[in-house]
Amino acid sequence: MDIFLQQIINGLVQGSIYALVALGYTMVYGIMGLINFAHGEVVMIGTLVTITVAGLLIKVGMPVALAGLAGLIAAILCCMALGWGLERIAYRPLRNAPRLTPLITAIGMSIVLQNLAMIIWGRNYLTFPPLLPKMDFEFAGANFTLVQVVIVLVSAATMGGLLFLVYRTKLGMAMRATSQNPAVASLMGVNINRVIAAAFVIGSALGAVAGVMVGTYYEIAHYQMGFMLGLKAFTAAVLGGIGNLAGAMLGGVLLGLIEALGAGYIGDLTGGFLGSHYQDIFAFVVLIVVLMFKPSGLFGEKTGDRA
Amino acid sequence: MSKWLNPRSAFGIALIAAALIALPFVAAMGGQAWVRILNFAILYVFLALGLNIVVGFAGLLDLGYIAFYAVGAYTYALLASPHFGLHWPFWTILPIGAVIACFFGVLLGSPTLKLRGDYLAIVTLGFGEIVRIFMNNLNAPVNITNGPQGITLIDPVAIGGFKFSGTTQILGYSLSGPQKYYFLLVALAILVIIINLRLQNSRIGRAWQAIREDEIAAKAVGINTRNLKLLAFAMGASFGGVAGGVFSAMQGFVSPESFSLIESIMILAMVVLGGMGHIPGVILGAVLLSILPEVLRYGVGPLQMAVFGKMLIDPESLRMLIFGLALVLVMRFKPAGLWPSPERKRELQGDA
Repeated sequence: MDIFLQQIINGLVQGSIYALVALGYTMVYGIMGLINFAHGEVVMIGTLVTITVAGLLIKVGMPVALAGLAGLIAAILCCMALGWGLERIAYRPLRNAPRLTPLITAIGMSIVLQNLAMIIWGRNYLTFPPLLPKMDFEFAGANFTLVQVVIVLVSAATMGGLLFLVYRTKLGMAMRATSQNPAVASLMGVNINRVIAAAFVIGSALGAVAGVMVGTYYEIAHYQMGFMLGLKAFTAAVLGGIGNLAGAMLGGVLLGLIEALGAGYIGDLTGGFLGSHYQDIFAFVVLIVVLMFKPSGLFGEKTGDRA
Repeated sequence: MSKWLNPRSAFGIALIAAALIALPFVAAMGGQAWVRILNFAILYVFLALGLNIVVGFAGLLDLGYIAFYAVGAYTYALLASPHFGLHWPFWTILPIGAVIACFFGVLLGSPTLKLRGDYLAIVTLGFGEIVRIFMNNLNAPVNITNGPQGITLIDPVAIGGFKFSGTTQILGYSLSGPQKYYFLLVALAILVIIINLRLQNSRIGRAWQAIREDEIAAKAVGINTRNLKLLAFAMGASFGGVAGGVFSAMQGFVSPESFSLIESIMILAMVVLGGMGHIPGVILGAVLLSILPEVLRYGVGPLQMAVFGKMLIDPESLRMLIFGLALVLVMRFKPAGLWPSPERKRELQGDA
């Protein structure tokens, strides 16, 4: 039982990170209908920027908490600029191009960002400075750390903020209108370009927050870390129904839980035939099974065959 | 076929044939490494044309195409290496690899074909990853794939007594191993190109095109969309399987590392960058994208030395950086690809 609870906690933490990254994919998809393949790299850049900024500030003697906060803010600003730049360079000129064209530019940008990061930060693993004090809690036989608690709380708060933005502000209203019908929205006076740029910038900011959380959780970072994370998060977004904010959140948490429970129990279930190194296939197996029965994800709206 | 008979086309074909025959000897002047690069370029042409059936003709976005290549490669590796002590002949295994890959194609296709667009893309992507993870881990408790170490000492291709590895003397010329593989690959590639051309103008090809343009309308005029989409998957997959078999024989070594997602993405990039659905365009895309990183590999380092006098930036990352930028720039200025089919070009200009 305590293994079960332990894996639930681990899954919840991993899941909230997935959820934050998945939101970045789903926001862009919801508004433009395109997969921003470079989003995983934005998250990676967020982590690496934090390492540099926070590491530097700690070295000059700033208190750790303050340095961490500064690192987070620097990462958010950097990623926002990056998201804005991505949209301008790789997506905006191609808005009327064939559907697969922006996919290829996204892949190109992803290669560019990865190698840029390698040039700047090198090819070795970097250690993430410990921004939070090490504290362990125990609950019903399961252990969890302060870092885990903070990750879940911060991501919940961030998601709450996003929901407020999308459903209670004027910009959010413009975003929802654009995702329903860009042409009509622009007739109603919505500046489509600004709304799309905003989706990229906000998604990237969420990615930066997720990047800092990944760094604090695993205490390690690498220029290739964005790829698998992005892939999983995208899977989460599709699982929940891409384009749907609540879907991305629930999909992320669900994916985290499935992976953690799967990794914990696969050995027992298969009599030791498959070990926990099969962890990565759960995400995809569950995805395929879900999509077989619900072709547009768990919470995706049923789309007609032709608009 | 009749248009091929006029003298101008005949001359063109003769010119291309002469160039294709001369190419490996020209490349060999720069070293056998260049012949190998050439061979991989042709292998990628093969793969890109296979994927073109799925993406270009039928309009199904497949991000896990490398899985079929992997299946073909591993089939060959297992049946012709000391790993299981089997040494079946090349021509027996190649069809087996194609059939197994085809089976996997149907396996993936049948439950997922009702998915549309990006949902299909992510499922195929997941499938590719699943295949890779299994190859990586199926070394325990029963050792099937030898895990991350991969399978080594795979038999080279041999037809009758003629071996494709090592140097042989033919008519007074000495042919190196890669050069012999080059001619085998060219022969196979020509076969694939002919199959592709014939498919495109066949009843099936036109049905695929109809599905790509409007699935509902295609269904309404009596096209069995489900079976045809499945056929596209199966055909693309078997091409991938054959390419995989050749790869494994040529390389003598396979490991899961060669079949990562980025490879699937690269093949897709070749198809899209060249001109989706247009066979000459796809060939161009495959050749360009497979040669460009190699040219950059040899060019970037010396260029830096010449300009700055020292290595400022790690050449490996710089070359990929340039490669990524090239992808972005080409798509920006040629959104329909470098060499799109005339109809597609018209459509795009009509839209604008």
